[in-house]
Amino acid sequence: MDTSPLDGNATAGALGELFTFDVTMAVTTCAHCRDTRPIAELRAYARAPGIVMRCPSCDGVQIRFVQSTERAWLDLRGIQILQIPGAT
Amino acid sequence: MRWLVGTVAETVPETARAVTLRLDVPAWPGHRAGQHVDVRLTAEDGYAAQRSYSIASPPGADRLELTVDRIDDGEVSPWLTTVADVGDQFELRGPIGGWFVWDGDDIAPVLLVGGGSGVVPLMAMLRHHSASGSTAAMHLVYSARTLADVIYRQALEAMASPHRAVTITLTRESPSDWAGHRGRVDADMLAELGWPPAVQPHCYVCGPTPFVEAAADALVGLGHEAARVRTERFGPTGG
Repeated sequence: MDTSPLDGNATAGALGELFTFDVTMAVTTCAHCRDTRPIAELRAYARAPGIVMRCPSCDGVQIRFVQSTERAWLDLRGIQILQIPGAT
Repeated sequence: MRWLVGTVAETVPETARAVTLRLDVPAWPGHRAGQHVDVRLTAEDGYAAQRSYSIASPPGADRLELTVDRIDDGEVSPWLTTVADVGDQFELRGPIGGWFVWDGDDIAPVLLVGGGSGVVPLMAMLRHHSASGSTAAMHLVYSARTLADVIYRQALEAMASPHRAVTITLTRESPSDWAGHRGRVDADMLAELGWPPAVQPHCYVCGPTPFVEAAADALVGLGHEAARVRTERFGPTGG
């Protein structure tokens, strides 16, 4: 099975079900190493029951996202700050 | 974002494995060059499979075009490439992704680097460049295994202009009279065909993950600012 990661921008459709804006354009500060970059540039591991998104700099987990037919679980503990463009 | 229904208006074989589907999507909100859609196929028993495909048509085109490469053990691409015919309908959601896009709102040079069917979103950028009359210099470096694997070959040849160039490199086998490049995209090739980092080109790299990692690393190694090298690895789930 191919387990190589994709870019965070590949998850825009799934995350778009939760957010009213394109969350892949939001910028995260990694809680592990403070690296700062758009969610589109995170490493997305999507070939699984959920999506795990890791920091390309330190490989730490920033986002975990699991969806069922009834609810979704979003774990953002690996993000220290989420900057959302245009949100004023 | 809600699911829309696309109706196949035309199918165009591109290679032995790749097919372009021209779709009528009545409520299509428009897109930017480089964006993708999620396609969802649902079986009669309710089982649904979902995959992402890049949009090949430029913004403003009459029909939405997806070019799909067949993955033999995939769940979605075999249907899209071998079964889907004119009049068939399926669900799609998009456009998706505001990161891997080129809007053509500045004149900085643009280096496009594609591997295999990674050429698809780059073709949307070339078509947008052409349709908008952009004077930004744009150069596509496209890696395919053999000449028969080259998607959009005629259309790419027709793209050449004073502001647009296309270089194809063949990695597995090439005709003896092949005038293009041979071998994998590497730092030497990108240094020869791209622009120096001082020019600050926009770089877009799309293809299978190992291809993207190698090409993006080579560009950063040549001195291009990492923030100007945008990448899209195939996905999200292959097939």
